[in-house]
Amino acid sequence: MAIWCADLALDRWRHSEGCQRGEGPDAAPLALITETAHGPRIDAANPAARAAGAARGMMLADARTLCPAIEVRPSDPAGDLAFLERLALWAMRWGPWSAMDAPDGVLVDVTAVAHLFGGERRLLADVDARCTARGLATRAAIAPTAGAAWALAHFAGRVGERGAILSPDEDMQARLADLPVAALRLDNDVLLVLKRLGLKRLGDLAGIEEGRDRTGHNDIRGRDAIQRRFRNRKSPAANPLVRMDQLLGRVPEPLLPVVPVTAPMVQRRLMEPIRHRQLLDTVVSDLAQDMARTLEAKGEGARRLQLGLWRVDGQVLVRELEMAAATRDPDHMVRLFAERLDDIDAGFGIEMLRLRAAWSQPLGLDQSDLEAAAEQHGTSLAACMDRLTTRLGRGAVQRPVPRASHIPERAQGWQPPLEPEPAEQHQLAFHTRPLKLLDRPERISVLYAAPEGYPRRFSWRGEVCEVARVEGPERIAPEWWREKGSTRLRDYYRVEDEQGRRYWIYRNGLATDGRGGMPDWYLQGLFA
Amino acid sequence: MDTSTLPKAAELATRAARNPRWQPDAALPLHSEIFAPATQGVGVGAALAFARQALKGGEVSALEERSVLWVQDARAIKLGGRPYRAGLPENLRHRLIHVAAKTPEDALFAMEEGLRCRDLAVVVGEVAGNPRALDFTASRRLTLTAEKHGVPLLLVRLEAEADLSSARMRWRLTSAPSAPPRWNVAAPGRPAWHAELFRARAHPPGEWILRDEPERLAAERAPETASETATPDHGDLVRGPGARSLAAL
Repeated sequence: MAIWCADLALDRWRHSEGCQRGEGPDAAPLALITETAHGPRIDAANPAARAAGAARGMMLADARTLCPAIEVRPSDPAGDLAFLERLALWAMRWGPWSAMDAPDGVLVDVTAVAHLFGGERRLLADVDARCTARGLATRAAIAPTAGAAWALAHFAGRVGERGAILSPDEDMQARLADLPVAALRLDNDVLLVLKRLGLKRLGDLAGIEEGRDRTGHNDIRGRDAIQRRFRNRKSPAANPLVRMDQLLGRVPEPLLPVVPVTAPMVQRRLMEPIRHRQLLDTVVSDLAQDMARTLEAKGEGARRLQLGLWRVDGQVLVRELEMAAATRDPDHMVRLFAERLDDIDAGFGIEMLRLRAAWSQPLGLDQSDLEAAAEQHGTSLAACMDRLTTRLGRGAVQRPVPRASHIPERAQGWQPPLEPEPAEQHQLAFHTRPLKLLDRPERISVLYAAPEGYPRRFSWRGEVCEVARVEGPERIAPEWWREKGSTRLRDYYRVEDEQGRRYWIYRNGLATDGRGGMPDWYLQGLFA
Repeated sequence: MDTSTLPKAAELATRAARNPRWQPDAALPLHSEIFAPATQGVGVGAALAFARQALKGGEVSALEERSVLWVQDARAIKLGGRPYRAGLPENLRHRLIHVAAKTPEDALFAMEEGLRCRDLAVVVGEVAGNPRALDFTASRRLTLTAEKHGVPLLLVRLEAEADLSSARMRWRLTSAPSAPPRWNVAAPGRPAWHAELFRARAHPPGEWILRDEPERLAAERAPETASETATPDHGDLVRGPGARSLAAL
């Protein structure tokens, strides 16, 4: 539904003057003007002035020659826009959301809403009645698309008429064919181009698009021709084809809905007027607590706070605070206000206090006593892992998990600490394994009696170990499905030297396996 | 003075209090240090054995099982390698969380965070050498955190001098020849360690041979050596060749 306020600026002026249409100051010719580089220009003229020849867009000097008695007032476009915003919010009474249609219209989504008002006709009657009661001359229209509703509201019938309804069953193109091309919400220069092209009605444009000229002959190139003419115009307001498609609902037209924003406000009415600072501080502290709760519910923090104090004699004292960062800490607020309340003159007493967060910003909820709770009861495992991972990195905090492989370094994988262990059909049961495994097996030089016999003595990191006891070999064959064919098998030995040092060493290959020369020895693990 | 650390009357009446020598079933203090050579798995092996001994009575069902945090700094990993799951004690395998810290500072941070966590059974730390970060203040800090939250810390110091520390029990461990297994006398047996308790709050110093039996930790008196009869070695006051003096702190 589109609502068009035909005389928004003048209606506002009349409201501020407190007069009815055509009465009081409005009876005489009057124009609202803006100052431009070429002198004052008329923005809006009342019916009396229009009758005298003044029109919108005319220079005031020209209007004065036609009607010397014309009165002027400055126009207020910013005020009009603010009013329109409030009007758009107010128009949400007829639908779930509404959008501003600057400079003088409002679009309301009334999909599946009309039956609540007793049908579309009654809905339009309601709009008309309520807008008239507010002193606004409006015309509303309901159509399946926003563009069509706008076109009908502006160009179908006279101002003050009940409005127009275009139901989805009707042939939209036929119904809108007689409207002027200005109903497409185009810029003035585009309208001029279309006028020069001789396209005055929507029907003309639609006919060309479909490849029909006025005589009914087929001309396939029609749409292409317009497309070429406006090929550089990407904005919908400058491209009649896009507007036409939006009007007929072939392409979507996103609208920006207005969202009401209310400043969080808390207040306390007091049974007895307070006159003493101590009581005032208590009430301010209560207000700050309430405000903190209100802000917390909205997930916001206050940047600017206004404290209003209503005195018994009707005077209002206002103290304002501005914070460097959004906050909702009540103690902080109270502390800041305490300095601003020193010069309050309570007079006969203060009977009401109101605290308002005029400016608030999003502020995430946080657990304020997380540290304190952790101090007392210890952190949970998840919190502990989070802290460790955050500081040390994801790869530094891990849990060893078994993997299906016989190769020692491959039989263990690492995964994040709190993830469940991967499900496996069967865990390999190993013979004794060392407590710690070196990241890379380290080469050792070994003295042995026979190449395939037990090691007798080896040196590792400059220390000589006389092997006193040994168990082995535990032969682990290479994984042929994973490694190259030249990979040699490993013969693992558990050894203990005379001092009791226990190691896990292996011989990489056999002398006779034909995959290299004499095998090397490596130390891979440390036993406890 | 903290009166909670003093023995209570009921405890004094028991045998352990009358005989204050350390025994394997003595309570594990909340902060112990174990000095061990880096080229052996002795330190962590004994730490896990101590932890297992301490946890034995506490956890009845699997639901109450809490994780074990094992913190290593980069140098300790380079010297002694990483934990190997298949070689860990059976009841710790599935609940080990390993932290590979780059620097000793990070390792200290990880240990302290671990001690703060109520869901950890024990924290095992492995720090190589005598890093500057691990001074008496840091050690005291760890002790206080451990005592506040009741999570025991076993700090294994690899290749380290016994400098100032606030640990409640300080051990010096080396490996010892293991007892021959029953079925293959030529093979290495279950781990055994030569343990020297050189500083403890509740026990006089002493030396033992610890054996990691399947069910429990067994201790027997070490064979008499010269150091047994000498005066106890208060390691934190002796200034070794590499240790920092008190003035340096």
